[in-house]
Amino acid sequence: MPNAKIIPIHGDDPIVPRLVADLEPDVMARLMEFWEFVQRRLAGDYSVDDFGFDPEFNDKVLMALVRPLYKSWFRVEASGLENVPDQTGALVVANHSGVIAFDAVMTQLALLDEHPAHRHLRMLGSDLVFQSPFLGEIARKAGHTLACHPDAERLLGDGEIVGVWPEGYKGIGKPFAERYKLQRFGRGGFVAAALRTKTPIIPTAIVGAEETYPMIANATVVARLLGLPYFPITPTFPLLGPLGLIPLPSKWFIHFGEPIHTDQFPENAADDPMLVFDLTDQVREQIQQTLYRLLMQRTSVFG
Amino acid sequence: MGRIVLVTGVSRYLGGQIARILAKDPSIDQVIGVDVIPPKVKLSQMQFVRADIRNPVIAKVLGEAGVDTVVHMGVIATPRQAGGRATMKEINVIGTMQLLAACQRTPSVKALVVKSSASVYGSGPKDPAMFTEEMQPRHTPRSGWAKDSVEVEGFVRGFARRRPDVAVTTLRFANIIGPGIDTAMTTYFSLPVIPTVLGFDARLQFIHEDDGLEFIKRAVLGSYAGTFNVAGSGILMLSQAIRRTGHKRVSLPEFLFMPVGRSISSAGLIDFTTEQVRYLTFGRVLDTSLAQTTFGHTPMYSTPQAFASFLARREVSVA
Repeated sequence: MPNAKIIPIHGDDPIVPRLVADLEPDVMARLMEFWEFVQRRLAGDYSVDDFGFDPEFNDKVLMALVRPLYKSWFRVEASGLENVPDQTGALVVANHSGVIAFDAVMTQLALLDEHPAHRHLRMLGSDLVFQSPFLGEIARKAGHTLACHPDAERLLGDGEIVGVWPEGYKGIGKPFAERYKLQRFGRGGFVAAALRTKTPIIPTAIVGAEETYPMIANATVVARLLGLPYFPITPTFPLLGPLGLIPLPSKWFIHFGEPIHTDQFPENAADDPMLVFDLTDQVREQIQQTLYRLLMQRTSVFG
Repeated sequence: MGRIVLVTGVSRYLGGQIARILAKDPSIDQVIGVDVIPPKVKLSQMQFVRADIRNPVIAKVLGEAGVDTVVHMGVIATPRQAGGRATMKEINVIGTMQLLAACQRTPSVKALVVKSSASVYGSGPKDPAMFTEEMQPRHTPRSGWAKDSVEVEGFVRGFARRRPDVAVTTLRFANIIGPGIDTAMTTYFSLPVIPTVLGFDARLQFIHEDDGLEFIKRAVLGSYAGTFNVAGSGILMLSQAIRRTGHKRVSLPEFLFMPVGRSISSAGLIDFTTEQVRYLTFGRVLDTSLAQTTFGHTPMYSTPQAFASFLARREVSVA
């Protein structure tokens, strides 16, 4: 081929230098940092706390996965963050709704991203969570533990922010018609834990989660077969299959309310059932009132 | 008058080690080691009595020597060490019964130290994040070493009631690991491909063998009555520990894990009992503050450091 062109491998070609220039120095540094992170993770060179909480994995992987949901899908507006302490322990008590516990994850992210001290929310979950494969594993890595007195008191005593959803499955598995009506608040175990550790209770109201999966019926037979507390039927699930799992993009508000202080009560206050019931009611009432107030202010579900 | 200490299970690693350490201590006059088989390594400064603790002969040994402290290290963790599960159970349960019966009859006995295991707490999804000594198991162990340990502790409690003048110390150890000891755990982490249960990541806790021996020694010398959790500080996740070994990990669904585990186990490689599998699924963590304040000693090795010490041995042996 006498007429073959000669293609220069180096020299004038403008593309290569431009790529290198683009990469330097910021992107290169970030790539290197990411590479080191991957290497360190693969070598097992990181530490977890006694509960199995892996802060690095939680902040850099798990929370990064749900952040788009928080920012773009639900467009969460968090308020009252000044009511959550910077250093000391507190018990965040919130309403529970929306079939899948997205509300809990969004509250966790609100405290991590928007609180000035970037607090980690350590939630108390049911034993069903910890006996389910994958779910239990991820929950531990995200810092959550079993809802029981010793764990709650240990975390609060260590100065952590602990999250409880006292309505439990009654809350997330309730029909759409009952939205924003607080269910029964368990046995008030969370109040006793706060009293014993003298930590404040922060009643928290979440608006928007109810509309993510409007549950029109509960297939109790299927639920029993699968060993689940409920099996939701929504307008899209199971009708559209996996597509029905996409939550509706409702607009969310999370308000951390005025703290209820527990340090003015006497030493054995946690053993006084009457006081525990009263406090439980006070927390429930405060959350319910805040829910009504937020609902009044809301102009549209998807606004 | 110096003290006379009897140690059971001296032909196995920890028993031999503690007998050697105690024999060196100036406050102890004599150490008598008991086991069914003679020790592999020569134990100097120590009298060895070849006896079966399942046999009433042990009472004679205790009485004639005027033993004042009994260190019970004779609880066997794996069927492989005993030559079958039936023998293992007999050594653990009947052996402890006989030993304690002999102790009860011997007025010179003033202290009893029992090496127990954290496996008495069982493991499962309903467990609190950390166990303190007074907590009851939420998932009672139903098989193997864990069940034996529960029974052994039951006998020990019974003995403590019948002989209130004896200071009884029960040490519940997390998995003991280190450069010298061989356990089901060290075998497991030495497998070239390590099986785990899919979808679960257990929280593990280890105690270095030197720290374990230190606590037993302190229990003998100081006589602290009670039950204590002993473990290195901090935890390792199972996945994290495997990454640190540099071995491959294969995750099997729960229903496949047991049959696969058993087939490896029948090949003589490792002991996969139901309790062991539950531990590798859910893990278990101990609150060790009571032992640390009572004994005035914090383990020198944290859980990750103890594991690193075990890994270091392996690298040396490979090289």
